[in-house]
Amino acid sequence: MVKDQEYLRSKASYCLDLAKKLGATGSSVTVAHSISETVNFRNNTLDESNRSDGLAISIETYLGKKRSSISSSNLLDDNIKTLIEKCFETTKNTPEDEFNSLPDKDLLAKKIKNLNLYDETHFDNEKKIEYLKELESAASSEEKIINTESSFTENKSNFILANSDGFCEGYKSSSFSASCVTVAKDENSMERDYEFTSKRHLSDIKGAKELGQKASEQTIKKLSPNKIGSEKISIIFDKRIAKGMLGAFAGAISSSAISRGTSFLKDKINEQIFTETINIIDKPDINKGVGSQIFDSEGVKSDTLNLVQNGILKNYLIDTYNGKKLNLKSNGRSGGTTNLYFDNGNISFEDLLKSNSKHIYVTETIGHGSNLVTGDYSVGATGFLIENGEFKFPVNEITIAGNFKDMFKNITLASDLDFEYSINSPTMMIEGMTVAGK
Amino acid sequence: MSNFFDKSDLTRKDADVIVSDTLQNCDDGELYLEDTKSESILLDDNKIKSSSYSSDLGFGFRAITGEVVAYSHSNEISKDSLKKSSENLKSTLKSMKGTYNQDISRSNKKFYQDINPIEQKTLNSKLEILNKVNEYLRKKDQSVKQVTTSFAGEQKSIEIIRSGGEVLTDVRPLIRFNVSVMLEKNGRKETGVYGIGGRQSYDEYLKNDNWKTVCEEAFRIASVNLDSKPAPAGEMKVVLGPGWPAILIHEAIGHGLEGDFNRKKTSAFHDLMGQKVASEGVTIVDDGTIDNRRGSLTIDDEGTPTEKTVLIENGILKNFMQDRLNARLMNTKSTGSGRRENYRHVVLPRMRNTMMLSGNQTQEEMIKSVDKGIFAVSFGGGQVDITSGKFVFNCTEAYEINNGKIGSPIKGATLIGDGPSILKEVSMVGNDMMLDPGIGTCGKAGQGVPVGVAQPSILIDKMTVGGTKL
Repeated sequence: MVKDQEYLRSKASYCLDLAKKLGATGSSVTVAHSISETVNFRNNTLDESNRSDGLAISIETYLGKKRSSISSSNLLDDNIKTLIEKCFETTKNTPEDEFNSLPDKDLLAKKIKNLNLYDETHFDNEKKIEYLKELESAASSEEKIINTESSFTENKSNFILANSDGFCEGYKSSSFSASCVTVAKDENSMERDYEFTSKRHLSDIKGAKELGQKASEQTIKKLSPNKIGSEKISIIFDKRIAKGMLGAFAGAISSSAISRGTSFLKDKINEQIFTETINIIDKPDINKGVGSQIFDSEGVKSDTLNLVQNGILKNYLIDTYNGKKLNLKSNGRSGGTTNLYFDNGNISFEDLLKSNSKHIYVTETIGHGSNLVTGDYSVGATGFLIENGEFKFPVNEITIAGNFKDMFKNITLASDLDFEYSINSPTMMIEGMTVAGK
Repeated sequence: MSNFFDKSDLTRKDADVIVSDTLQNCDDGELYLEDTKSESILLDDNKIKSSSYSSDLGFGFRAITGEVVAYSHSNEISKDSLKKSSENLKSTLKSMKGTYNQDISRSNKKFYQDINPIEQKTLNSKLEILNKVNEYLRKKDQSVKQVTTSFAGEQKSIEIIRSGGEVLTDVRPLIRFNVSVMLEKNGRKETGVYGIGGRQSYDEYLKNDNWKTVCEEAFRIASVNLDSKPAPAGEMKVVLGPGWPAILIHEAIGHGLEGDFNRKKTSAFHDLMGQKVASEGVTIVDDGTIDNRRGSLTIDDEGTPTEKTVLIENGILKNFMQDRLNARLMNTKSTGSGRRENYRHVVLPRMRNTMMLSGNQTQEEMIKSVDKGIFAVSFGGGQVDITSGKFVFNCTEAYEINNGKIGSPIKGATLIGDGPSILKEVSMVGNDMMLDPGIGTCGKAGQGVPVGVAQPSILIDKMTVGGTKL
């Protein structure tokens, strides 16, 4: 069982009291406990079981504008005592930074809404095994599938965040995830693809059979790929890749990148950075949402943010420290975005495929090719060639490259948004990028 | 050395009894105890941005029978917690029967000292160097707009208890010093990053004002990039410089030669043992035994002493890298390559220091032989799709080559290639093998472990460069 609030609160207040006794002018502490159980299958047989039970504590102490932090997984009282002493000693020896501060009291979360983030159902290992058997049998039914690996993880966690200004809140959350990776082979190639599902509540995850079949279909489709020539061509990003663009965007509007001047979106607030039809929203209070949160990692309440409205950048993601530096108030985004998404476009998926006579439809990218300082983007890709709205053949060993500043202004979104993950995007088309191949 | 039992109700004898009882019907397994102290100090934007310390203690208990691995870990080292883990392992493997393999090789060799680098240098002297770096770079040139510099240090103590009471221990120091500088000129911004590190004290790496060399190198890379032009797109010849560019070998070849992917037949290399996979003259080893290197280990995370494993000899595929599980299932021996990020993770076969050995050509000859291509000197990260064999990596410093001469620097571009065929495209191997500066971390299945790479300059006849200029 995951530890209850009472236990976590007692550890947290022990820390705050001790820091105060030592002379700290402020402190904050997070105590978290998490239990997760995973079962892995491979080729229709049990491969691995993994149980993880972890307590973690992290403490920050302040002496005026001086600050330092420690973290530990050893929660024995005398170990915590030694660590807090060490932490405060370090604080004393660390130079002052005028922007160091606990969050403003009036921004702290007051009401703790119930967002239904915890499902107490326990799906024991026998049941996980049943699910994975059904999944793998569906995934391996086609002859071309030569290897299947799948996994089911159940996680339960609980935490308390407390600070010396009297904040002391926390809540339980859960997640249930299943994934399937399949390998297919024919006379020309061997290919791999995957499918996964992850939800707060057990009853919301995808069915085992559906997951297995989808992974298998996607993998077989990739067999016998071709390399294509180098050219400028319209690219359609499958949803699972399109959401990665939002990840890069979020990195570039984090208040830390903005205040340090290391973002290509610095000084772009209230400017047109996307096509006019684009809206980007970060919504923390979605019922059962995978990325939902009631307050951020500093205790600041988080409200819905319209980050981009009609293509115009409206907000940064702000925490306390960088907010003070930029002379802006924290908007509860210490720790990043919550449920981040592009609003639907107004063209159907089918019409998007037909919008040009030729596209590359990208289903996977590899490499870390996003430079958030310059906006340059260059990654390896695999996918399909589409002609006149139809999938012609799989393509691999190509790269796609461009610059986010241009890419953002050439985005067209389909109207097929759904809320599977914590970052979600409809299918996306970007025109004017360069493909390098033969 | 950490004593895992002095503050616990669990005695070493209790642990022995529980381990032997749990593993009696299993093929393999062990109790792995770990105590890690780590620190990180960061200067950024003219200020000490963070100074943090972490102490992490825990165990991972593993039982294996046949191909099935049962694993349970916790950060509570107590009798109750270990018994709970034991029950969990037994319930997974209840219907199976194995024979415990007592064999584990031993060695007295050590490749680093039992030191705690964090305690060997005071906080104030670390802060002083970070401040010096910041001042030095900002004074150096008006174009310097941002400086980030950091120290990271750790000491990891591990103890492995096997069934029958065998105990293996190791104490592993590791440090890293990093400098990143952003320049801005005529509205363009570019970043340069450089770092050094390994398994010795901070001062070992900082003597003779070596921090200045690190600053100069980061500054040089950023300056080169300020003048960079869009990179070309398409297939062409590529010359790789010595040292860190060996990340290409790591991604393209290394991962595909790890035992697990080959046992599962998901690697593009699984049926190529004994065959020619590279040009003549290409020899690649994975070596865990080089003194004080970031990727070196005295014993791996299963207790096996590390070794120098020949992967490819003169073009022929000779060995895979193995942990105990995959070695047993493939009827071979562990190569001391069983590694885990920490006690929260299962062991996987991983690389240590992956190196392509020197040939006898010069970098000059290579450049001269290229009509149109690129010369890549440094890289950021890379990634591979084991199954299709396709790999990428991102250039952080590269130049065009025109008619046998090095031309302008080009913007960061991704290079993409095919693992099983790329080494057959190597047409020249340089005589200038160099080790990387000690900065690599390899990710696999969500686990990061420190690694090293090395190579001489090489010429690759055909690779796709992912620029924007057609």
